Amino acid sequence: MKAKIAEKKTTMSRTIRADYLARVEGEGAMYIRLKGDEVREVKLKIFEPPRFFEGFLRGRSYLEAPDMTARICGICPVAYQMSSVHAMEQIAGVTVDGPIRDLRRLLYCGEWIESHALHIFMLHLPDFLGYESAIHMAPDFKAEVEMALTLKKYGNELMALVGGREIHPINVRVGGFYKAPARDEVRGFRDKLIWGMEASRKAVALVAGLEFPDFEQDYEFVAMRHPDEYPLTEGRLVSSRGLDIDLSEFENEFEEQQVEHSNALHCVHRERGNYFVGPLARYALNYDRLSPAARELAVKGGLDPVVRNPFKSIIVRAVEMFWAYEEALRIVDSYEPPEKPFVETPPRRGTGFGCSEAPRGICWHRYSIDDDGLIIDAKIVPPTSQNQRTIESDLREYVKGRTSLSDDKLQWQCEQAVRNYDPCISCATHFLKLTVDRG
Amino acid sequence: MPLRTTKPKLAVWKFSSCDGCQLSLLDCEDELLAVAGAIEIANFPEASRAVVRGPYNVSLVEGSITTPEEAERIHKIRRNSRIVVAIGACATSGGLQALRNFQDVDELSRLVYAHPEYIESLNNSTPIGDHIFVDHELRGCPVDKAHLVEVLSAFLNGRKPNLPNHAVCVECKRAGVVCVMAAHGTPCLGPVTQAGCDALCPRYNRGCFGCFGPRENPNTAHLATWYLDQCGQTPEEVIRLFRGINANADPFRRESLRHES
Repeated sequence: MKAKIAEKKTTMSRTIRADYLARVEGEGAMYIRLKGDEVREVKLKIFEPPRFFEGFLRGRSYLEAPDMTARICGICPVAYQMSSVHAMEQIAGVTVDGPIRDLRRLLYCGEWIESHALHIFMLHLPDFLGYESAIHMAPDFKAEVEMALTLKKYGNELMALVGGREIHPINVRVGGFYKAPARDEVRGFRDKLIWGMEASRKAVALVAGLEFPDFEQDYEFVAMRHPDEYPLTEGRLVSSRGLDIDLSEFENEFEEQQVEHSNALHCVHRERGNYFVGPLARYALNYDRLSPAARELAVKGGLDPVVRNPFKSIIVRAVEMFWAYEEALRIVDSYEPPEKPFVETPPRRGTGFGCSEAPRGICWHRYSIDDDGLIIDAKIVPPTSQNQRTIESDLREYVKGRTSLSDDKLQWQCEQAVRNYDPCISCATHFLKLTVDRG
Repeated sequence: MPLRTTKPKLAVWKFSSCDGCQLSLLDCEDELLAVAGAIEIANFPEASRAVVRGPYNVSLVEGSITTPEEAERIHKIRRNSRIVVAIGACATSGGLQALRNFQDVDELSRLVYAHPEYIESLNNSTPIGDHIFVDHELRGCPVDKAHLVEVLSAFLNGRKPNLPNHAVCVECKRAGVVCVMAAHGTPCLGPVTQAGCDALCPRYNRGCFGCFGPRENPNTAHLATWYLDQCGQTPEEVIRLFRGINANADPFRRESLRHES
């Protein structure tokens, strides 16, 4: 009898599925089909409907790109705004520096703080602690949830301070800003940032104490790299396998492929296939560019200079949140408003490239504009479309050693494996759905 | 008044959108735990794995209808909800993705996808109210989070939401913001756009671009003439101005079409 069950187990097919992935941004599903212990099929399905942004940007003014591309994503609009304005400024032959550049970094720090606090505490942490949501967690972890909400709130306030509002900021324009915030408004933010640095330290200590599955993969990490800063909006594209290219060479190395089960294009390296963007990649490739205090915090959090366990991305995010608060403080303390909030960027025919580190990874843009400044062609490669294939590969490897788990447990852990990437599905369709099929 | 024995159920649904409006609910950091204490968050996938079956007292619907599946799904939500509130520009006018309504979708699909045959998409992006009866429309791109709390509070207490329906122009006057159009000749949709942002763009020295959609009875034709004659805009620029975040809202759509040659 026992032998029979064992035999049945090896041939039995089953499906693990989540038809509507929760705690991710946008609409996706997961589908995994097992035959015995063998993983037959893994799909991360993106059913979020396409919205054709690249199509309808054609014929619009180059000045409209930051307002329009922001609408690709409600969670990381600043990433789209920054990538697009840098591309347009490259075409205009303009470099933005000084206090305007600092304000852009301050705005982006706000987005990192808001997005990381949201993901660490509200989207990812409930998985580790076995709760359905942060709201379900609140009765047992009241102080932690309240701290999380305040961490997140200050990120939002920073975005509103520089950008006018937290979602779809209105103050960003090609060349800079419509209006620079007053000195006292910015400097007045200091105490909140100091509180945020302390709270981020507590966050690192909290998440470093979680239990992590034994799971490491040999990823090709891809991130931006700047000569002397932890990367946000400027730099070259580098990888853990020796890639070191200018933004304009992206399409020589990477290509977008369309698969039937996803409305989001899969972006892969032309020769080496799937790769990894986001906090783990940024951290591994720019460890030496973190501030000494952030590096010290990473060590306290038990992190090596390279982290290959995607579940530990929650610790890396907390370290990055600390870094963002610290960087924001540096900017706030030295802020003097610019004489003029923007640099003139008259229209000029050409092609430009922009890339920035969205909280979930690089967001690459290319635009061509005509003599009147109208967009002739646009291409946008969001972070989640680049991670899609790596998420599928993680699921395949993760399920392999864990087929003895019950369907419910396996499903939840697979969902958690997807959430490691903080996938942003609205972004990727321009772009997610989980199903495990043991059939 | 009878005592409520169970908490009212709130559901949040997503259609074609950027997620920003439902994020506004999570952005109510100061109110979130109180809201979660007063109501049962029965379906909100962005925040929780837990799903409680309907019917729901209030459904918040984000996004526009752009696929055949969405056009079906919205009816199930209506049948399962006492109150349906459409939130944001996508749900109330079709959103920025309604720019497809002025173009050939097959061509757009070919531009973005190598295999357009895998993509199932309707020709038009349409608001929720084109498909089902909607109890209330909350405007904005994104919605204002204070408005969101007001709407929830109103419906859960059986009263009408107290929200502004005058123009952005009035918000400027009240706040003493210098008119960007009169002072700088910057084209501004403020005179024809519904209030709700507290004149955000003019406060930042830029023209309103219509996030909250058309106000009641907007005189778009007169404003367009002003753009052409006083602001030195070309008809193409006037078209782009009306054809933005709320391109498919009736008055804005008609005005942009009027300037096509």
